[in-house]
Amino acid sequence: MMIETGHFALVLAFALSLAQVVLPLVGARTGDARLMATGRPVAITCFAMTALAFAALVMAYVLSDFSVVNVFENSHSQKPMLYKVTGTWGNHEGSMLLWVLILTLFGALVAAFGRNLPATLQATVLSVQGMVGAAFFLFILMTSNPFARLNPAPIEGRDLNPILQDIGLAIHPPLLYLGYVGFSVCFSFAVAALIEGRIDAAWARWVRPWTLVAWVFLTGGIAMGSFWAYYELGWGGFWFWDPVENASFMPWLAGTALLHSAIVMEKRGALKIWTLLLSILTFSLSLLGTFLVRSGVLTSVHAFASDPSRGVFILAILVFFIGGALALFAWRSQSLAPGGLFHPISREGALVLNNLFLSTATATVLVGTLYPLAIEAVTGDKISVGEPFFNLTFGPVFAVLLVAVPFGPLLAWKRGDLFAAAQRLTMAFALAALAGILALLFLDRNAALAALGIGLAFWLVFGALTDLALRAGIGKVTPRTALRRLVGLPRSAHGTALAHLGLGLSTLGVVAVVTLQTETILTMKPGETVDVADYTLRFEALSPHRGPNYTEDQGIFPVFNADGDRIATIMSSKRLYTARRMPTTEAGIETLGLSQLYVSLGDETDDGGVVVRIWWKPLVTLIWLGALVMMIGGTLSLADRRLRVGAPARPRKAEPAAAAP
Amino acid sequence: MRPTARHLAAGLLVLAWAWAIPALAVEPDEVLDDPALEERARALSVNLRCLVCQNQSIDDSNAELAKDLRVLVRERLVAGDSDKEVIDFVVARYGEFVLLRPRFSLRNAALWATPAVLLVVGGMFIFLNSRAKRSGPLPLSAEERKKLDAILRKSRDTD
Repeated sequence: MMIETGHFALVLAFALSLAQVVLPLVGARTGDARLMATGRPVAITCFAMTALAFAALVMAYVLSDFSVVNVFENSHSQKPMLYKVTGTWGNHEGSMLLWVLILTLFGALVAAFGRNLPATLQATVLSVQGMVGAAFFLFILMTSNPFARLNPAPIEGRDLNPILQDIGLAIHPPLLYLGYVGFSVCFSFAVAALIEGRIDAAWARWVRPWTLVAWVFLTGGIAMGSFWAYYELGWGGFWFWDPVENASFMPWLAGTALLHSAIVMEKRGALKIWTLLLSILTFSLSLLGTFLVRSGVLTSVHAFASDPSRGVFILAILVFFIGGALALFAWRSQSLAPGGLFHPISREGALVLNNLFLSTATATVLVGTLYPLAIEAVTGDKISVGEPFFNLTFGPVFAVLLVAVPFGPLLAWKRGDLFAAAQRLTMAFALAALAGILALLFLDRNAALAALGIGLAFWLVFGALTDLALRAGIGKVTPRTALRRLVGLPRSAHGTALAHLGLGLSTLGVVAVVTLQTETILTMKPGETVDVADYTLRFEALSPHRGPNYTEDQGIFPVFNADGDRIATIMSSKRLYTARRMPTTEAGIETLGLSQLYVSLGDETDDGGVVVRIWWKPLVTLIWLGALVMMIGGTLSLADRRLRVGAPARPRKAEPAAAAP
Repeated sequence: MRPTARHLAAGLLVLAWAWAIPALAVEPDEVLDDPALEERARALSVNLRCLVCQNQSIDDSNAELAKDLRVLVRERLVAGDSDKEVIDFVVARYGEFVLLRPRFSLRNAALWATPAVLLVVGGMFIFLNSRAKRSGPLPLSAEERKKLDAILRKSRDTD
């Protein structure tokens, strides 16, 4: 009964989304206020119905109702409760349901908090949002129904893929989808502007908070995914340039560009058409990502669905929305008035440069991801495009962008003075150079690349701090006045500085791990010790354990510092999940300061030893802490008074909680 | 395309991947005695794809085939091959699919050229655009202002 209720709610949500497409749009085109007003309640009800369907599926998982195919295939009665719940979206059907849940959530948010929007714009936005929803509801109902029944019901389920039985599954996909799908609002705003044929600085002000929300969540989602892969997959990599990772990275790059170009549009009325195009492209890349992951075109570590009929369906959705939006863009964008003027050396100019490099970076990732597919389709040859390619192409493009970052906020609008900006950055540059030189002297004399990278990271950090210091007038006014000014700065100024600072921290983490990590591979017998970095690890024993739905061999490694004091104990294990007979490695990780010791177990040898792989990962935690700082920056910027005019409500208190991962 | 074959391949991939997890990548017994040679082997391995894995290099992978390839690379190095010879040998056996960094070839031109071409074309577009815009509404120079004033004065005088 509950399942049928959920199924029915889903069909109803589909019907409602069709109403949401037609009624407000007709109202907006004919000027009928009553029809336009229907959009709001319909969008909110559509979300409520989707939420009901989703809740029904979650309940089926919680109760281990194996008469539902989806639950049977992805759950197990002995599974811990958390993973029963999160398992709801740990599979194709459930994750698509989460996708539309978040899509309709954003529709409902536009309906609830967009009261200050012009009525026709809001109605048109809701209509476009409804179109995306309708397409995906149809997709779920026709190819990926999570409520299909099984008769007779099996006694036990097949269990969830053990890799996914992790707290990461509770956090990563919801955050990622909030980001991915959040960009749908920007898309709807862009298409609505094209339909209305009107776009101005106010439009940018309405769109920017939505972009920020999506960006903050996507940043968190990607960082969480990277962290999850790092500790779960057992070889300590944090980014693999895997097609599925690229699929989430591309909307982030384009969304970051959009965030910056929307500033120019809002403040100076310039770059209107470009901002519109970016809004369309960012969500198009989200759709492309959904297609790549869900269609099974790419087989990758993360893809857990492959079914050609689904692929063709999503491809049709993709072609309709991207093609339609771009055609509309080509047709209508000429009629939009071009924006303001500015000198190349100016804040606007810097943001254009930012957009040029971010767009190039996005295109590089896009081409690298799709090229093997294109080559195979055209010539039948198979080629691979992996990490070395991206390091050689994406790497330099992004590095140049990073060098330019500190200049941007220091240039004036309209016409800036590059020399003056450079002068004010002298201190930051000197400190960054010092950091690089110190790295060269003390860490590794041969690592010129490491020194350069570390210098670059500190350049970003000190550049961001310089911006704040200058605005507060530190050194020019009394410390007390400076502090008061610092606190009194607009939140968006703090947001910018924090986001750039976070970028610097992440860069530092990446550079340190890539260039300075050490790896030790050896066979250890109980009682043997090994020195790694400044620490000594002893292998104590390998002892068997039983978990709720797995058995494991746990290796125990006490860690001693240079003085011989025992400072930690690392547990690293090999698990066997009984339902699927699937083995996994659970790496043992100890955080020491900002760095980590990472221990992975291998096979046992005949003479009673075990193969152990130990990494020293210097400053590795900064990769994700930096992302967290970026998210805080984005959230602060969202709380800026100026933006709250068009922002969802006045969520002064709610926001930090919403952004915390 | 061939859904069945592809399905089977995908299924096999998942199977191979799942089954291969507990062993580790580079194992102690594979490591060469000569550290310089071992370093070269590692550098080469990072660029070679584990054929049965999903986007993993043989350096990261623990599949049997990856191990075989690692051993093969080391054998060739010990036999005195140069890095290029080792790579050519592996490509001759397994095709270009094995390279994680595609070769610079005509076929891959669009792949490698994209970033540079976009930067140049985009940069030129922005540059030309900003020049075109500047030529329009920039304020008059001091000389122009003088001329204009002179003309205006003249016309006022004649009135």
